[in-house]
Amino acid sequence: MKTITFITSENDIIETQANSGSLMELAVKNKVKGIDGDCGGVCSCATCHVHVNQEFWNAVGGPSALESDMLEFDDNVSDYSRLSCQMQVSEVPDGLVLKVAK
Amino acid sequence: MKKSNIDDPFKEARETKGFGTMNDQNDPVTMILGHKDVRKCAHNWKTFQSGGDEIGRIVVPSEVHIRDTRQIPFEVDPPQHKSYRDLVEPWFKRPLEEEYQEKLTDIISIIVDEALTKGSMEVVSEFALKLQSRALTLLLNIPFEESELWISWGTHVFRSEDTALDGDKANILYDYIDAQIDKAIANPGVDLYSKLLASEIDGKSLTKEEVKGVLILTFAGGRDTVINAITNTIAYFADNPQALQQLRDQPEHLNSAIEELLRYYSPLTQMGRVVTEDTQVCEHAIKAQSRISMCWASANRDERVFENPNEVVLDRKVNPHVAFGFGTHNCLGATHARQILRILLNTLTQKVGCMQITDAKENIEDLDEFNRKVGFDSLQVAFHKL
Repeated sequence: MKTITFITSENDIIETQANSGSLMELAVKNKVKGIDGDCGGVCSCATCHVHVNQEFWNAVGGPSALESDMLEFDDNVSDYSRLSCQMQVSEVPDGLVLKVAK
Repeated sequence: MKKSNIDDPFKEARETKGFGTMNDQNDPVTMILGHKDVRKCAHNWKTFQSGGDEIGRIVVPSEVHIRDTRQIPFEVDPPQHKSYRDLVEPWFKRPLEEEYQEKLTDIISIIVDEALTKGSMEVVSEFALKLQSRALTLLLNIPFEESELWISWGTHVFRSEDTALDGDKANILYDYIDAQIDKAIANPGVDLYSKLLASEIDGKSLTKEEVKGVLILTFAGGRDTVINAITNTIAYFADNPQALQQLRDQPEHLNSAIEELLRYYSPLTQMGRVVTEDTQVCEHAIKAQSRISMCWASANRDERVFENPNEVVLDRKVNPHVAFGFGTHNCLGATHARQILRILLNTLTQKVGCMQITDAKENIEDLDEFNRKVGFDSLQVAFHKL
């Protein structure tokens, strides 16, 4: 079981736990404000935009080319932006901290 | 060729020059065809404007001559756009609620059961129009019976059999909405009209004209589009019975299947913008005060983004389609539309064994340089129980 923490733009801290699935699904299940996941996780809506805490960036890795294209035109993009629907719980480090972009 | 297929008429123009040209009522439109260019233009609301003075001009075909009411938030630019969008957004997210989905499931089950009992049905008028109209009573939160009137209006609010734009038909809708707003003023309830009438932006109540603008958008934006999405979905599963079985066996692919059907069928071909300054798109000069359109249907077949773009791949994992548009003005009704498709697919997998298309009349849009099939004028289908 991994612990993943979401920090909303209103600075609410939501600590979640999971073994599998995408981080978008995890956030939606835990009603994290600002993560809507409208398209259900196919990288089409960019309503699951997060900023990865800098210390975890190398372990998480950057976006794919198509994900990067989606982020290019989104608001509040940073060097640490990812779409959480494209991040799997199984592939990210335990203790990961994400800031919701919206 | 399968009857459910929709070709990509934009391929050559997209690959060679990146745009097409359409003369629409002597107000030409430069159609932007590539996925990246389309998203770039949708993102750049300052240069490619929605909220100009000429109401109805961003719609293709233009509605300048048949509409004076500004559609809201659709024909408003930032920053005012945000106030309107924030106001209506929670209401248009109600389809995520369990109770809404239960009612929608009842509506869809009844129609699918009726199709199975009758054995054969004309899907556009007897299935899709009914489903769309009845589902709209949920979105507006008004009595189910109201849908009977909308069904009697026929399949197109603005279009009639012989002309693309029919002012008389549009007036039926506008007069109807005026009357409903007056009714809601006299007897406020729990419906969208009343909700909007009781709303304020920056301490000011919404005017009747603003309420009307939201309602016109809701009625007009979600009619042909939803009808096309439903009809094309039925046609697809009729032509591909193994796909229905695939979803029965692997329900975890339901979400990706919905998004893929949206990409492939792109129920709305394009949406326009008015250009505010001399600019360039794909090295093509575009003049201030002219019109462009973002061709969602073309962008969704861009081979630089989608592998095998002309195939329906139900478990396509990364699918950055623009069927609901992109950016500031992305479709307000998308949550409702996605729930309709989700519950429709669920119901079909539970109740329907197979379907056959027995007769079909295609609905082809004449876009000058291109002809695009967007759905069907009529589609006779035989339904068989599971």
